[in-house]
Amino acid sequence: MSDQEPIRLNGGQALIKSLEMEGVEVIFGYPGGAILPVYDPIIDSKIRHVLVRHEQGAGHAAEGYAHATGRPGVCMVTSGPAATNIVTPLADAYLDSVPMVCITGQVALAAIGTDAFQECDTTGITRSVTKHNMLVTRAEDIPMAVKEAFHIATTGRPGPVLIDIPKNIVDANNPDAYFDFVYPDTVDLPGYSPDGRPSDDSIDAALELLAAAERPVLYVGGGVLKARAAEAVLRLAEMGDIPVVTTLMARGAVPDDHELCLGMPGMHGNYTAVTAIQRCDLLIAMGSRFDDRVTGKVGAFAPDAKVIHVDIDPAEHGKVRIPEVSVVGDCRLVCEALLAKLEVKGGASAFADHTPWRQQVSGWQEKYPLVYQSSESGELLKPQHVIESLRDSCPPDTIVTSGVGQHQMFASQYWTFNHPYTWINSGGLGTMGFSIPAAIGAKAAYPDRMVWAVDGDGCFQMTAQELITASVEKIPIKVALLNNAYLGMVRQWQELFYDNRYSEVYLSHDMPDYVKWAESMGCVAFRVEDPDEIAATIAKANAINDRPVVVEFRCVEEENVFPMVPAGGSNDDIIVDPSQEQPAHSTAAQDASMTDAQRTGEKAK
Amino acid sequence: MTRPGELENHTIVVRVENKAGVLARVADLFARRGYNIFSLAVAPTNDERFSKITIVVTVESTPLDQIVKQLFKLVNVVEIAQLPADQSVERELLLATVDAPAKTRGEVLEIVDIFEGKIVAVSGEQLTVSLDGRPDKLDDFEALLSEYTISDLQRSGRIALPKIGRQAARLRAV
Ligand SMILES: Cc1ncc(C[n+]2csc(CCOP(=O)(O)OP(=O)(O)O)c2C)c(N)n1
Ligand SMILES: [Mg+2]
Repeated sequence: MSDQEPIRLNGGQALIKSLEMEGVEVIFGYPGGAILPVYDPIIDSKIRHVLVRHEQGAGHAAEGYAHATGRPGVCMVTSGPAATNIVTPLADAYLDSVPMVCITGQVALAAIGTDAFQECDTTGITRSVTKHNMLVTRAEDIPMAVKEAFHIATTGRPGPVLIDIPKNIVDANNPDAYFDFVYPDTVDLPGYSPDGRPSDDSIDAALELLAAAERPVLYVGGGVLKARAAEAVLRLAEMGDIPVVTTLMARGAVPDDHELCLGMPGMHGNYTAVTAIQRCDLLIAMGSRFDDRVTGKVGAFAPDAKVIHVDIDPAEHGKVRIPEVSVVGDCRLVCEALLAKLEVKGGASAFADHTPWRQQVSGWQEKYPLVYQSSESGELLKPQHVIESLRDSCPPDTIVTSGVGQHQMFASQYWTFNHPYTWINSGGLGTMGFSIPAAIGAKAAYPDRMVWAVDGDGCFQMTAQELITASVEKIPIKVALLNNAYLGMVRQWQELFYDNRYSEVYLSHDMPDYVKWAESMGCVAFRVEDPDEIAATIAKANAINDRPVVVEFRCVEEENVFPMVPAGGSNDDIIVDPSQEQPAHSTAAQDASMTDAQRTGEKAK
Repeated sequence: MTRPGELENHTIVVRVENKAGVLARVADLFARRGYNIFSLAVAPTNDERFSKITIVVTVESTPLDQIVKQLFKLVNVVEIAQLPADQSVERELLLATVDAPAKTRGEVLEIVDIFEGKIVAVSGEQLTVSLDGRPDKLDDFEALLSEYTISDLQRSGRIALPKIGRQAARLRAV
């Protein structure tokens, strides 16, 4: 045990003290009856508490903080409705492997199971959306619960951990809630011993495939960021002259400006990233999980490739695609182990010559760049144009968060991510409303960096109230609201796959009045309705540092995200922008005589 | 009596920390996929910090591998072994209350005797009998008793240990 002097504390004080011992800087939270006793000692703590306006915001802010820093985000809410309000962020953090510790109040132990006021079975409800959760039943167990929660959330494959705290064990008026506090320095978890070190055999087997490959692709996923492995991955790519694709969760892990980086694969990935995977003979999946949004039809995914799968979670191996070589381990340790052995074998000379492959890939890049048709003065804006202008006028270390929808895909496609941890979005769960609270979390972590939330009009209406949080707490984020008057992504699917039958996707450009709404929440707000005003308005927004800023960009309604692989379709059937010649291997090409709309509509059937 | 899918039954033994909620976590992984657990037996081991859960589940092997890996991700799961029937000793206990009026009592007693079962309670019209042994033996016993109207029956669920000298296929903890 530790050599700290025990101090007499009640459970509430012990909880806050434990968080201090874990080095927590900020808690995103919202008080209420069951958690009241824990809010009292917050007044005396050096930990900052950010009072959100909805518990979902607390959870996403904690996620944003964690994505940006790599340290666990902390949120705290009361029982019942607050606990259910935070289920979405927990599920989000679970699917995207975000380290997070969530503390929920609970009714007193004696009342549990009686349908007491604001009681819900929080550990039951959250069991399947947390890496682990626990109901603490004695005040003296609180320090160990916190210690374990942080340990579990941050080690192995990271994830959210929830601690449910009955009111009586933190109640200052309950003599049984007092005990001699000592913060433990070790945990005792016999069933949990994550080990990131890969086996030698798996490394050797991977090396064999690497040496033989003529057309390799590194398929880099969020696990690379979680493992702080970006640098090691880049070294491996450079040594082996291996093209890299970065998934939606890994944008920035390898710089977009790097000649080996092909950008994002998947449903809305660019042609080259998608096609390089389809044609490669070796796919090195590095901290990625063969999500259906990347693979499309699994049977047609990377048909010629052998697969090396590197992931710390054994349950990911063989879940979707059986790999030829399975390397269970931490991406950084795996890359370092590979690099060490490769150095001995002569570095670059341990690989085959990939020049022909690189040339083939460059050919695709030239033939199928990302394109869109610009709008003219006086017309509404193109969302892609907005993202490009934003990209070109923000400092390189700007953090971009996003909501879910077309705007998310445009942001991922058109921003140039040259640094890890500058792109924060909801990939696995696809949670609308993620961007504003996540931006608050990131900005709370890095007050000196610029943080832009790229949001859709639909998403904005889900969590806009957190702009009040941003104003009051002086967390001056900026929001680029791509207002296309529609639930655009759903509208796109209805256009392409439901014969233009638009069902419940229209929102309108001017209801609500976003500028007034933003102003009423303490933000500076601008509206841009002409492409010629984009750059100047962004410059104005970037010059404001003392308040949150919302820039409403009035975008065209009908823009679609291309390229696109229809859901469940083969990646070979990728549809590129209608202004481009459809690739010969795509069924879209066979409909070339039709109009664009007919062709894309036809695809659905 | 044949039980549905008996041929595809898999026996999984999960050693877990003896803590609240662990059983629910384990059971959830099956429930979420819509798989029915065929039998389940749980009790503390000789080390009381741990319990063993013996699960018999009817499922194809591919999803089972996935489930086993995900079971391992549960923080309170310490060890998992899959025990194929031919490499393990399996036992189960059966209790049944059977109608046994004077006319058929002799026949029931004879069956119990052949199976080396026990009579654990007696009334004028009924007998409560017990039998422990291999699950298939219990199946046969149950089938024969059912000729005489079983009014209540409970089986304990299967428990299993690897045969001495055989190491169960153990999976690496994560
Ligand atoms: C909470 C939630 N509800 C519904 C959806 C389904 N959905 C995905 S994208 C989308 C439209 C988003 O609209 P908007 O924020 O305006 O973005 P746009 O696609 O127009 O850029 C919807 C409804 C979702 N992802 N999340
Ligand atoms: Mg929209």
